Amino acid sequence: MKQYIIRRIFTSIIVLFGVSFLIYAMLRMMPGDFVEQITSGNPTITAEQKERLRELYGLNSSIPEGYISWIKDALCGDFGTSFTYKKPVIDVIKSRVGVSFALSATAFVIQLAIAIPLGILAARRQYKKTDYIIMFFALAGISLPSFFFAAVLQRTFAMELGWLPLSGMVSARENYTGFRLFLDMAYHFIMPITVFVITGVGSWLRYVRTNMLEVLNADYVRTARAKGLSEGKVVGKHAFRNTLIPIVTFIGGSIPGLFSGAIITEGIFSIDGLGMTALQAVNNKDLPFLMTYLMFLAVLTLLGTLISDILYAVVDPRVRYQ
Amino acid sequence: MWFKKQKDTSCSTVMRDKNNILEIDNLQVYFNTEAGVVKAVDGVTIDIPKNSTIGIVGESGCGKSVTSLTTMRLLQEPPAKICGGEIRLNRGNEAIDIAKASQEKMREIRGKDIAMIFQEPMTSLNPVFTIGEQMQEGILVHEPGITRKELADRVISLLNMVGIARPEGVVKSYPHELSGGMKQRIVIAMALSLNPSLVIADEPTTALDVTIQAQVLELMRDLKQKTKASIMLITHDLGVVAEMADYVVVMYAGRVVEQGTVMEIFKDPRHPYTRGLLKSRPSADASASRLFSISGNVPNPIGLPNYCYFKNRCDTSCSSCEGEYPVLREVTATHKVSCHVD
Repeated sequence: MKQYIIRRIFTSIIVLFGVSFLIYAMLRMMPGDFVEQITSGNPTITAEQKERLRELYGLNSSIPEGYISWIKDALCGDFGTSFTYKKPVIDVIKSRVGVSFALSATAFVIQLAIAIPLGILAARRQYKKTDYIIMFFALAGISLPSFFFAAVLQRTFAMELGWLPLSGMVSARENYTGFRLFLDMAYHFIMPITVFVITGVGSWLRYVRTNMLEVLNADYVRTARAKGLSEGKVVGKHAFRNTLIPIVTFIGGSIPGLFSGAIITEGIFSIDGLGMTALQAVNNKDLPFLMTYLMFLAVLTLLGTLISDILYAVVDPRVRYQ
Repeated sequence: MWFKKQKDTSCSTVMRDKNNILEIDNLQVYFNTEAGVVKAVDGVTIDIPKNSTIGIVGESGCGKSVTSLTTMRLLQEPPAKICGGEIRLNRGNEAIDIAKASQEKMREIRGKDIAMIFQEPMTSLNPVFTIGEQMQEGILVHEPGITRKELADRVISLLNMVGIARPEGVVKSYPHELSGGMKQRIVIAMALSLNPSLVIADEPTTALDVTIQAQVLELMRDLKQKTKASIMLITHDLGVVAEMADYVVVMYAGRVVEQGTVMEIFKDPRHPYTRGLLKSRPSADASASRLFSISGNVPNPIGLPNYCYFKNRCDTSCSSCEGEYPVLREVTATHKVSCHVD
C-alpha cells in the first residue's frame, strides 16, 4: 500500500508537468491578452507602447520560453502576481477559497446526509409510491437550472417574504465580529446552499439507489437473510457496506469541485468566492491567476483520485494493494 | 423505522405425521408479472421425514428453487405470492405453518430451525466481512447471551468439523482469499452452526469442480450422520441424488410428476419425464455416441394447458392424455406418479 501510494505520487508529478504545459500553451493561445484587454478602450495607444506593456507583463516571449520561466518560478514557490489584483496570486486564492469551500462543503455534507438515507429507502421500496415520490423530486432537482431556481428563491424569500437577504455575504454597515459574523454569514449562505443542495442532491440520490438495488439482489444479502438477521442488519450492514464501495470513489472524484467554486451561483448571489474570481480572470486574461487556479484544480483532481483509491482499499478488502 | 412491520398472525398448525420434520402441502406460489400470472409452484406436496435426505430433481424453471426459497420465505413478496397450501414445520413441541408466518417469526426460524446452503459459494458470502464475522453474527442473532470466548470457540470448532485446516487463520480472512471448495465448506459450517433440524441445499455442488464436488458431498453425508438433520437437496444432477438422497421428488413445470425412494425412481421410473432424465445422463458406455435429450422445450409457464404439461414432449402419450391433468396416483406406498399411461 505504501509503495503504491509513493508510486502514484511520482506519476502524479509527471502528469502535473504535462498538465501545466498544456494549460499554459492554451491560455497563451487564447485570442487577445491582458494588454489587449486593458488598452482596448484607449484609441491613442501605439503599437510600441503595447509592446512595452507586453514586455512588462512577460507576454512577449514565445510559449516555451514563457512556460519555462513560469515553471522555474513556480517550482521555487513563486506563482506570480495577479495582473488584475496586483497582489500575489496565492494571496488572492487564499482569500477566496475559504468562502467557496465553506459553501460547497456544507452543501456537500447536506447532500450526502439526504441522498444516502433516501436513496436506500427508495431502493428498498422500489416501484412503490415512496420510491416514485423520492425519484420525482430527485429528477426535478437535477432538471432545475441553478440560475432559474436561484432567481425563484430570491424572488420568494428575499423580495416577497423578506425572510432572507437577497445577496452578498455579510450585512452591510454592521461590522460584526467573531460568532456574530459567523451567524451573519450563515444567514446569507442559506439560499446559495439551498440551490447547491436541491440541484445537486438528485444525482447522488439516483446513484445511491442504483447501487443499493444492485446490492440488494446480491446472493450475500439473501445469505444474510437466511441467517435470520433483522431487515435493519441486512440492509444497514450487509448491503450498505457494499454500496459504500462505489459511493466512496464518487466522493473522491468530487473533491476538486468543493474548492473550485461555483461560477453561476456565486455570481447570482454576489458571493466573492473563487468561482466568480476565476470567471473575471478569464475575462481579463489574467494569466498568472489562471495558471495557478487551474494547477490548483489539477492537483486536487489527482489528489481526489488518489484519496478515492485509498478509500476504496479501506472499504473493499478485495482491492487492498499488496 | 421505515421497515415494514408485519402483523404477527397466528400460524400454529398440526403436523399430519409426527415423524416428519417438514410437510409441504399443496403449495401454490404464483408470480404476478406483466405478461401474466406465472404458476411457478402449483400444488406441490412433499414430506420430509426426520433424519432423511430428499432430493428434488428437475430442469431449470421447474419450480424446485422456488419451493426451497418459499420454505425459507426468502422470495420477494410481491411479485411472488403464496396463493395456497401449507408448509408445516415440526419444532418438536409445536408446529408452524411457514406459509402464514410473519417475517418476525421467520427470522426466528431462519438459521435456527431451517438453514440454507446456496449454489454459488463465490457470491453467497459477503465480500467485505471476514469469515469469522459472518459466521459469528448468525449465531449471535439466535443466541444473544453467548460470550465472546464461547462464540470464537464455536466458530473454530465448526470450521474444524467441516475439515478446514488452520481455522484460526481462516477466521480472519476475507472470502476472496479462499478457494471455492473452502468457501462452500464455510457455507456448510455456517448452515450447521445452530444445529438446524432441516438443511436446504440448493445445488450445493453445481458451481464446484468435480473433485471438490465429491469432497463436499462426502462431507455433507458425513455431517448428516453426525447432526441428524434432514436435508432437502435441490439439484438437477441425478448422480448427486443417487449418492445422497433417500427419497426423490421429480418436478416438472411447477408440479411433482413422480416421487419415491431412490431405488424406486432409479430402478422403476414410471413417468416418461423421469425416464427421459435418467436416459439423458452421460455414461461411459461406448454404445451411445451421442447424449440422449428429451425433445421439445419446457412449456411457457404463463397459460399452461389443462392437460398433462409433458404431453407434447412425451414419446408414450395416448388418447387419454388429451384429458385433464393426471392426478398423482400410488404405485406403492412410497412411490407416486402423475401419468395416464401405464
